[in-house]
Amino acid sequence: MYVGKPVKRVEDLRLITGSAKYLDDMVLPRMLYAYFVRSVYAHAKITEIDVSKAMLPGIVAIFTGRDLKDHCGPLAVESVYKGSKVPVHYPLAVDEVKYVGEPVAVIVGEDRYVVRDAADEVSVSYQQLPSVTDPMEALSSNSPLVHSEFSDNVCFRRSIKRGEVEALFNNSSKRVGIKVKIQRLAPSAMEPRGVLAEYDRGSERLTVWASTQFPHKLRTWISTSLKCPESSVRVITPEVGGGFGSKLSHYPEDVVIPYLAMRIGRPVKWFEERGENLRSTTHGRDMIAEVEAAVDENLRVTALRGRIIADLGAYNHTHTQDNPILAANMLTGTYAIGAVDLEVIGVFTNKMATDAYRGAGRPEGSYIIERLMDRIARTLNVDPAELRMRNFIPPQSFPYRTPLGFVYDSGNYEGALRRALELVNYEDVKRLKSTVRDRYIGVGISTFVEVCNFGYQSSYVKVEPSGLISVYTSTSPHGQGEETAFSQIVADRLGVSMEKIRVIHGDTDTIPYGSGTAGSWTLTSGGMAIINAVERIREKMLRIAASRLEARVEDLEMNDGRIYVKGTHDKYVTFEEVASIAYDQRKLPGGLEMGLTATGFYRPELTFPFGAYIAVVSVDPETYQVTLERVVMVSDCGKVVNPMLVDGQIAGGAVQALGQALYEDFVYDKDGNPLSVSFADYLLPSATEVPEFILDRTETPANNPLGTKGVGELSTIGLAQAIVNAVEDALWKMGAEIVETPVTPQRLYGVLRRRGA
Amino acid sequence: MIPKSFEYFEPKTLSEVVGFLKKHKENAKVLAGGHSLIPMMKLRLAAPQYIINLEPLRKSLSYIKVGGKSIRIGALVRHAEIEHSQILKRELPILPAAAEWIGDMQVRNMGTIGGSVAHSDPASDWPVVMLSLNAVFTLYSGKKRKVPASKFFIGPFTTAIKPYEVLTEIEIPRLPKRHGWSWKKFERKAGDFATVNVATLILPKDGHIGSASIAVGSVHYRPYRVTEGERLLKGAKPDLELVERVAESAASMAEPTSDLRGSAEYKRHVTKVFVKRSLIEAIERANLNLR
Repeated sequence: MYVGKPVKRVEDLRLITGSAKYLDDMVLPRMLYAYFVRSVYAHAKITEIDVSKAMLPGIVAIFTGRDLKDHCGPLAVESVYKGSKVPVHYPLAVDEVKYVGEPVAVIVGEDRYVVRDAADEVSVSYQQLPSVTDPMEALSSNSPLVHSEFSDNVCFRRSIKRGEVEALFNNSSKRVGIKVKIQRLAPSAMEPRGVLAEYDRGSERLTVWASTQFPHKLRTWISTSLKCPESSVRVITPEVGGGFGSKLSHYPEDVVIPYLAMRIGRPVKWFEERGENLRSTTHGRDMIAEVEAAVDENLRVTALRGRIIADLGAYNHTHTQDNPILAANMLTGTYAIGAVDLEVIGVFTNKMATDAYRGAGRPEGSYIIERLMDRIARTLNVDPAELRMRNFIPPQSFPYRTPLGFVYDSGNYEGALRRALELVNYEDVKRLKSTVRDRYIGVGISTFVEVCNFGYQSSYVKVEPSGLISVYTSTSPHGQGEETAFSQIVADRLGVSMEKIRVIHGDTDTIPYGSGTAGSWTLTSGGMAIINAVERIREKMLRIAASRLEARVEDLEMNDGRIYVKGTHDKYVTFEEVASIAYDQRKLPGGLEMGLTATGFYRPELTFPFGAYIAVVSVDPETYQVTLERVVMVSDCGKVVNPMLVDGQIAGGAVQALGQALYEDFVYDKDGNPLSVSFADYLLPSATEVPEFILDRTETPANNPLGTKGVGELSTIGLAQAIVNAVEDALWKMGAEIVETPVTPQRLYGVLRRRGA
Repeated sequence: MIPKSFEYFEPKTLSEVVGFLKKHKENAKVLAGGHSLIPMMKLRLAAPQYIINLEPLRKSLSYIKVGGKSIRIGALVRHAEIEHSQILKRELPILPAAAEWIGDMQVRNMGTIGGSVAHSDPASDWPVVMLSLNAVFTLYSGKKRKVPASKFFIGPFTTAIKPYEVLTEIEIPRLPKRHGWSWKKFERKAGDFATVNVATLILPKDGHIGSASIAVGSVHYRPYRVTEGERLLKGAKPDLELVERVAESAASMAEPTSDLRGSAEYKRHVTKVFVKRSLIEAIERANLNLR
């Protein structure tokens, strides 16, 4: 059996030795290169674009927004809530730019040097317009308008009211509120985005290679924008070097590059620079929340009320609106809070759009409620662990319907927290707070729940006459290791060795439509779609074997590459024999169709992984530099297929979460100029900043045959607030109330200076 | 990297380098380890027409020599070679200690001390160390010219090097074996440029401070010596109050700008903290009692 074991990743040889092919490794005959000229203003009218000086030797064509307007239609927006404003978003700005980094022209040439040189020679005349970068300012009545066709900057305003909130607040014994600003983050996948397109006039087929998480959806979006039938487009994902939600959108380059390939009749490649990636790939988070809790005399939180303001940037990107709505819908977290009154406001500003970033709304929801729970505990002088224990949804209450409409499948939040308290040595840590004198010590807790499995998936599985197994999946893994996990699952189901199995993904010509990889769903939804196909193949193989062994199907078992009559060692046929019989009309038992292939789909049911994380920090009393002293993460992602992959996902997400808590901040100045445009200024944590994580798990199975829930986003959802809570705990006696993150030394200095400490 | 196009030249001798520089002046740029110049070219903040790679001269420009009254370091010595130099760890431990804090391992393996001081980024590390050590820079233009560190660092990315000169050697006066030293760098994360960096040297004399040298970087348009503080320390028996006064004097000389590394006020605050910590460490390493 492979499932449950830390099997080494089958992807690693090619990834580690550098033989894997990424988009920028691809070179086609007669291929041209593209480079985008981008806006240097946050808001301006384009009065003229003069390309005459840019037609250098080697330049093939230059197009502006006006040139492309009638050919490249607006970008797709998938998530549109009722009554929201959706400005038309052309791939190249036509008359007006709305953020720095917005593409205004595209240059195509023989090599990547000449197109870059030409970009410096394109002269764009702008007439600057007033801009707004602060969402609170954007909400005021005298703010400049991001989109002049609308009367204000509110994209949507949504009221979510459940239960008797007002009565519960009136009857509460205490009310505690918190304000938090969750900063804007840049997802920063190791491989930036890129698109390569080739058009074959003879077959009228467009092939697009893209560094994307969603190959099928990208095909739909491209065909919609280019007004060509979906059947004429094929999307292939080469190796993809990370996405974290930043590659599941429909970007301008995804439309323009295919169009150029069609129009010019030569392959065209564009590969993003890091500076472009930071400016012009979707950002994450950027929400301000003010939430208040009603607490009764038994320290039970009975109701929440408040508002969440999300800075959406200039445009609705593909799933922009989902993030603040999901943050609100997950706000009650792990607690039996029955009543909620929330207003969620999405606001346009002159910045790059926000969209999914590892967790996509769930980290924000968890952050808000978990910061609030710790604040309640500190304000009322109760132990934050004790406060949580009193408020958890009890293990016997599952499935549990939250007031916000989700039905949590299973959970044991107390169990996870108890384990985390034990591992961190909670009593000892509390003692340290009073015994350590030269630093401030703080401890922060986060107990949280994730919702995942939104996407449906497909699979196609074939067993060939030789017995080789190919598994095609509509998921699109890009580093997570599902080729390994899927192989483990299939190998166990068919009783064969993993080496016989090849997992193929990322080609819309060969794989049935499905949702790609995001939202922690790949293993469960992709795995279930695969199981559904494999089960059919298994059934057929057993019938063939039964006929061969003159036994009943229910008396057979598949093991060690053989199909045995149960309880015997010598009555068997090999897997290969059965596979070859399936393709041999002389030997195939009557009544069976030839071949060994099956297609499977999975209709997803939501799963709810959870965890309990605790951070212990020390703060330098002079510089206010924060050091992570101890980080304990007890995660519950249901059944585990490969514990090594799970630990890797938890550790990787934790690094991003500690980046959010302590380092990363995508900053715009008041004129809308992005300041964090290289990794010298956008601070990703490096190995030096990462402490040794203490990882453990509890296992509460989900209600699907795999028992898995999902793990990809768990630690980005859970960890940041534990760290920020710990820092606030360390400095609480000096009156530090942390509103903004990351909690950099200079920010803490400012917080304490304001308190006069 | 997609820079503007340039012509590339590999010289065989130093005279060739000088000849080339005399011909092309500001249009030519000397390339050493490339860890400042190449990123600037990549971002098109620099677009030199001619690149002269000094690498072919490595044999004659890469050495660490200790003898007589000085330590001489060739301009092409890499940060990592200083970091791991056994002789420097004994002779002048502040150099390996400072090298260890430069950039990341890749930068240290390629970047050179000569390139770093000639580039003179006000937030880089070597200029601060050089200023504290009274280093002398040898500039070659057919003949040699020597410039002390106090006159070498003129401003951000500006040094005393003339367009037709090339930095060949750094000469550092030897210090008595028993000296106190400290290198303190405050950075936002590993590999970052400093928010503030401080080099301190203490020469003890009969239980007192014989002389002290403190240089501070990153919080001014160029690194500076804490002259008033050094004067206060000279001949003193150190105590915490004196340390505090010196640190305050260092902070009052700072003229930081507010940026992503923090407000000017915060930077002045950490300047004081780091000068204090650096001074305490140097005093302890000089085996002096701190009252």
